[in-house]
Parts: sequence; structure tokens; C-alpha cells
Amino acid sequence: MSGVMKRMGMIFRAKANKALDRAEDPRETLDYSYQKQLELLQKVRRGVADVATSRKRLELQLNQLQAQSSKLEDQGRKALSLGREDLAREALSRRAALQQQVTDLETQHQTLQGEEEKLTLAAQRLQAKVDAFRTKKETIKATYTAAQAQTRIGEAFSGISEEMGDVGMAIERAEDKTAQMQARAGAIDELLASGALDDPSGMAKDDIAAELDRLSGGTDVELELQRMKAELAGPGADKQAIEGGQASQGQQAPQAQPGQPRFDKQ
Amino acid sequence: MIVRIMGEGQVKLDDAHFVELNKLDDELLDEMESGDEDGFRRTLSALLDAVRRLGAPLPDDSLEPSELILPAEDATLDEVRQMLSDDGLIPG
Repeated sequence: MSGVMKRMGMIFRAKANKALDRAEDPRETLDYSYQKQLELLQKVRRGVADVATSRKRLELQLNQLQAQSSKLEDQGRKALSLGREDLAREALSRRAALQQQVTDLETQHQTLQGEEEKLTLAAQRLQAKVDAFRTKKETIKATYTAAQAQTRIGEAFSGISEEMGDVGMAIERAEDKTAQMQARAGAIDELLASGALDDPSGMAKDDIAAELDRLSGGTDVELELQRMKAELAGPGADKQAIEGGQASQGQQAPQAQPGQPRFDKQ
Repeated sequence: MIVRIMGEGQVKLDDAHFVELNKLDDELLDEMESGDEDGFRRTLSALLDAVRRLGAPLPDDSLEPSELILPAEDATLDEVRQMLSDDGLIPG
């Protein structure tokens, strides 16, 4: 739709929005509008009063004309009783002219009365409308004030909830951190247990070290035993062979022996 | 939709009537732009009659924004043209 209706509507809306934007407080605009309506009502009332005044003036004129008319009638009758038919005719013809004016004025009076009644009704209706507008205006103002308060409360609430959100975030972060730390602690325990990590406290190494110690200790005992046997068998020629065997045994033992406990663990 | 006739009041119209009204409305715009005063007068009167005939008048104390606005019955072509120019109507 691009016709006159639409274009006028668009222009009106744009202007009204601009006007509303400029108004600092819609309540003031409403009050101003009400003031204007009261002025309008005042004007209509003044109009009604003016019409009523005109009607009264017409009524006065009518009364005068009617008095004159009856006077002329009396004069005609009197002239006729005195035998002056010519005078009576004159009086009656003047009265007839007056009567015409009276009829005209009466028509005018009726029109004016109708007009006055219409205007009075219009003024009453306008009064009712202005009253209704006042009520509506007060309602709108109250609603606006309430809405304003609500907005403020809402803002306060959202501010609070934002802070609550921050607190929530902090808690969440703390929880995350705790969980992370717990997970890490668990992982460390496992790593330490598996021997992949060195424990600075030296506690986790105990079982492996103890076993290693025990095993290497066992080797020492074995070596000692062999040396003793060799000493008993006789010193000299055999000593080198024993030392070579000792060396090969020493190399073999640490390779095979630490391997076994690891298999057990896994 | 709510239509305001300037100086008369608001009328609530069923959207179904807009095909008919649009025709008159576009005609009115053409006549306004071509400066056909007689045609403008005739079409405006026909358009206002149609709006009054098809619509239900809104009570005067109802506060409803008008979506469409029509010039008053006695508006002249020049007045309407001025209203449609940018700084007519409400000043500012």
C-alpha cells in the first residue's frame, strides 16, 4: 500500500514519535493534552452561552412585536367603532406586516433553540469525554509511574542476579579447580604407584626399592657364598674364572630381577 | 486495522476491505500528484464514504494508535500535498 492513507499514517507516526521522544515525561504530555481539552470545552460552553443570549434577544424582540401587533388590532377595532373604516384598514394592514415579521422571528427563534439544544448536548458530551480522558490520563500516569518503579526494581533485581551469577561462577570455578586438583592428585598417585614419577617425599618408592634392595641384597649373599666356596676350593687359578662368572652374574641379575616384580604389579 | 479520518475520529476496519480501499487510495494519490482537483475531491469523498460504511467507529476516549490516516472531507488538494511533504502537520 503506497496511497495517501499509508503515507499520511507513516508521516504522522514519525512526527508523533519525534514529538514523544522530545517530551521528557509522557505524564506531562497527558496533562498538557487535558489542559487543551479543558480550553476547548470552555470555548464550546462560551458558544452555548452566546447562542442563548441571541435567543433571549429574539424573544424580547418577539414580545415587542406582538405587543405592537395587539396594539394595532385594538386601534383598528376602535377606529371601526368610530366609523373610520379607512383608519381601521390602515391599522390592520400594518398589523399584517408586523405579523409577517413575527412569523419570521419565530422561525428564527425555533432554529436557534434547536441549535442551542444541540450545542448544549455537544458540550455535555464533550464534558463527559474530557472527564473520561482525565480518568484515563490518571490511570496512564499511575501505570507509567508503576512501570517506572517496576523498571527500577527490575534493574535492581537484575543487578543482584548478575552478582549472584558472579558468585555462582566463582563457586563453579572453585569446584572445577577442586575437581581438577582431585583428578590430578589421583593421576599423580597412579603415576607414582606405577613408578613413572619420582616422588620427592620418597614414600611411594618404598615397596619397589625394598624389593630391589632385597633382591640385590640376595645377589650379594649369593656372591659372598660363591666367593667363599672359591676360597675353600683353593686360591689362584680359579679366581679369574670365578671373577668372570661373578661379572656375568652381576650383569644378568639386575636385568632379570627388577623385571619380575613389574610383571607382578601389572 | 484502525483508520483515522482527520477531524472525525477513528474507525476500525476489517483487513478484508483493504483491496477495495487501496484502489481508491491509489487513485487519490495519482490525482493528488497530477493535480486533478475535481477527481481528488470525488475520490476523497468516495474513500471516506467507504471507510465510514465498512468500518465501525471507535469511541472517542479510546486511546489507540491509527495505522492509517485520511484527510478530512473538506481538505483541499494543496493541504493534503502539504501534509505529505516533510514539514507539514505537526511542526518539528
